[in-house]
Amino acid sequence: MTARADATGRRGLLVPPVALPGLTRLRLGWVLAGLAGVVLALLAGVVIGPVRLDPLAVVKDLVGLDSGLSASDRTIIYALRLPRVVLAMLVGATLAVCGAAYQGVFGNPLADPYLLGVAAGAGLGATLAIAVGGAGASATPMYIPICAFIGALVSVALAYLVGTARGRRGSATTLILAGVAVASFMTALQIFVQQRYQESIREVYSWVLGRLTTAGWGEVLLLLPYTVLTVAVLVANRWVLDVLVLGDDEAAALGLNPRRTRLVIVVVASLGTAAAVSVSGLIGFVGVIVPHTVRLLAGAGHRVVLPLSLLFGATFLVFADLLARTLLAPAELPIGVITAFFGAPFFALVLHLSRRSLT
Amino acid sequence: MTAPTPSLAVQDLVVTVGAARLLHGVSISAVAGEWLAVIGPNGAGKSTLCRVLTGLLSPASGSVRLGGRPTSELTRRDRARQIAYVPQAPVVPPGVTAADYVLLGRTPHLRPLGSDRGADRSVAHAALARLDVLRFADRTLATLSGGERQRVLIARALAQAAPIVLLDEPTTALDIGAQQDVLELIDVLRHESGLTVLTTLHDLTLAGQYADRLVLLSAGQVVAEGSPTDVLSEDAIERYYGARMRVVIDHGRPLVLPVRGPVPVRRRSEAG
Repeated sequence: MTARADATGRRGLLVPPVALPGLTRLRLGWVLAGLAGVVLALLAGVVIGPVRLDPLAVVKDLVGLDSGLSASDRTIIYALRLPRVVLAMLVGATLAVCGAAYQGVFGNPLADPYLLGVAAGAGLGATLAIAVGGAGASATPMYIPICAFIGALVSVALAYLVGTARGRRGSATTLILAGVAVASFMTALQIFVQQRYQESIREVYSWVLGRLTTAGWGEVLLLLPYTVLTVAVLVANRWVLDVLVLGDDEAAALGLNPRRTRLVIVVVASLGTAAAVSVSGLIGFVGVIVPHTVRLLAGAGHRVVLPLSLLFGATFLVFADLLARTLLAPAELPIGVITAFFGAPFFALVLHLSRRSLT
Repeated sequence: MTAPTPSLAVQDLVVTVGAARLLHGVSISAVAGEWLAVIGPNGAGKSTLCRVLTGLLSPASGSVRLGGRPTSELTRRDRARQIAYVPQAPVVPPGVTAADYVLLGRTPHLRPLGSDRGADRSVAHAALARLDVLRFADRTLATLSGGERQRVLIARALAQAAPIVLLDEPTTALDIGAQQDVLELIDVLRHESGLTVLTTLHDLTLAGQYADRLVLLSAGQVVAEGSPTDVLSEDAIERYYGARMRVVIDHGRPLVLPVRGPVPVRRRSEAG
């Protein structure tokens, strides 16, 4: 007689539903905190600027009530600040969610679109597109994300091939070193292209440092479908990501096709990253700071990390952008400088804390 | 040992990776409720066999049947419902609690892209309780001792609710007390639930003490198969392991004792 397993499990293990202690759950409190962060960021991003607006009036106007704001105030809100805030949210959310996915797929706490060379590859692709295609200063043409995506995929494939020996999972540090090498190479190529095409150098240069300055609704509309697609696919794979963290052997034994699943997730995360990079330039560290903070505070499962990274990534980047445009007002700092200023020390801290598990 | 339906049957398995031929026509089978131990020196093909059984490697030729059905007809999910795997060196995911980890055993029972339901949590709870690790449910794996972690791993396999459990070197990195504890526990579980147990084991004495039957692999081939007393002969151990061992039969089971150099073998008094 072969033992028979029914729908829920083996006989003898069938018991009425019980609360499972130690289960990591997406808690309502954290979701509300994330939503509050997003709302607060939205308000701050719209209210704060060279022209101070009355927060109460802005709230009224945003929800469609009579606010008493002047036409020029409303232009500031709807044509300048709101698109920029929304764009920052989309970029922050995309980079944070993609960072969390890369960390899961590579089983590596330091994997990040920036460190894996994905962003640099996307940068090269986008630079080629701008230089050769001659993009204007005001809008991001549709083909830039495509070129960035190709560059991103080439980079992540190179980093993975160099960083893992013969298809075996390399150590965390090996993969990151490979990513750094790939990023340097891609950046070198990118600078070469940038210098070669002098007429577009200013455009490329401001883009490289990360910018949300030219944001209009065009960029928001360009990025939105990519963000929605990426986030939807990655959140749908939240359980799969938890399993992939266990490595290929165990994922296969649990019924997954680890190589195919990993490939799908890497491609989707690279697509999201490339789209974000093509509208915002190179904004580093969001993909490592946000998921790690979420993990530390709310728990490690992807069913927790992905949705909260979305909310807190959106919040984080709006505030980073706020600092970028107010610290040296009326001049603007590139937002990539702000995220690196906070991100690099944080990254060093993560490296220090996880040092034992990295070797 | 003839049985109605083998729970697990491997026939003429050939596995090649690149130019290397890792298994040359290996055939093994186990009936439901049986404990089969695969032994053999390093590089004999034990790990390769495990990887074929879990579906990570595809054989060049030969067949694997689980619960009477060839794996070529099974989806990966179906296969995972038939055989659960306890790896030798599991990845310890950072920050993951024992409860989350055991719940991952329910993966082959979830809808595609779905998440756990109440019934899955109940099964995970019962598995944790059965392995007596419910009190560690909210601890992260990294904070558990080797023996505790091994119990959590087995709980995950139990939550997978498969009739066959494959354990790759379940005693590695455990102290002798924890080794016996884990093997006794596996024996109790297989009797309770009718599990078919397949283990690889380096420790020949433990293999001989616990398994119903042994399969000795060497250089990718089955070179001996049968009861522990049949397989664990001093000659065979010397030939295939290059080891000088004294085999003492105690209570009908072999004890395999290392003997140093050319010194005449001394008989030792053995307790229990």
